Amino acid sequence: MIIKCPYCGPRDVIEFTYQGDATRQRPDPASTDQAAWNAYVYDRANPMGGHREFWLHSGGCRQHLVVTRDMATHVISSVGFARDAVASGKGGDRP
Amino acid sequence: MAEPQSPLGHTFVPGDHGNSAGGIGLVLTERRDVSIVQVTAWRGTIPAVLTAIGDVTGLNLADKPGAGRSAGEKSAFGFAPGRYFVVAPSADLEDRLRRAIPLETGTIIDLTHGRTAIRVKGPWSEWVLSKLFAIDFSEHGFPVGFGRATLHHDIHANIQRTDAETFDLYVFRTFARSFWQTLGHAAAEVGYRVE
Repeated sequence: MIIKCPYCGPRDVIEFTYQGDATRQRPDPASTDQAAWNAYVYDRANPMGGHREFWLHSGGCRQHLVVTRDMATHVISSVGFARDAVASGKGGDRP
Repeated sequence: MAEPQSPLGHTFVPGDHGNSAGGIGLVLTERRDVSIVQVTAWRGTIPAVLTAIGDVTGLNLADKPGAGRSAGEKSAFGFAPGRYFVVAPSADLEDRLRRAIPLETGTIIDLTHGRTAIRVKGPWSEWVLSKLFAIDFSEHGFPVGFGRATLHHDIHANIQRTDAETFDLYVFRTFARSFWQTLGHAAAEVGYRVE
């Protein structure tokens, strides 16, 4: 699998570290809703098709990325810096 | 400051090695006399950091991914957003950068003792480095002056192309001896000289 880093260009997946689902939203830190925290920590949708996820380019520029990847085919439709996605409210929580 | 003790130790053997009877395809050297400094800009201060690097080294960098320049033993290149390697054969490089880049503009880390600088020069440099790193070493994909950050297995390396057939590699000092030996194995096919 090749991920096209916005800074480094196309690189093999061995240079990257998976950092998890980029769609989950952390509950309010003051919340005591056990079900919400349980869902945040454990529940994952595992959809077949496009999925937004965090990757760290640990073997390159060391930036966190948000990658949209097809879970069935591994086709990557978009890659961007996580800081930009988080700033725009589209990236979920920080990894 | 220059590091008087090379981590390459007994594995640094000057002379011709590998298939040298067929010619010398590569010359490998360790650059011991350079200071290596990382400069990191804050968000929004990249133009000021690039100006400061230019003032200190005379190397004016473009603000685009991997852009760099070299002149003689001096070089500078970007390897991540807002992060730059600056290399020069002067012991006061860190001090001069620190004076030019206040904390409000960026941060300075002297990596001289943490990295080993290896120069790979020769007509087979692209061929041999392509065995070790999964990036495009052609001049089209890796232009002169530009830098890259990548891996050889788990050994992180910063690489800058300084001319058509010369690459400067910066590897972690503690991995440098192992990497140097691997580089020698990769270069044996084309014959190489250690200087």
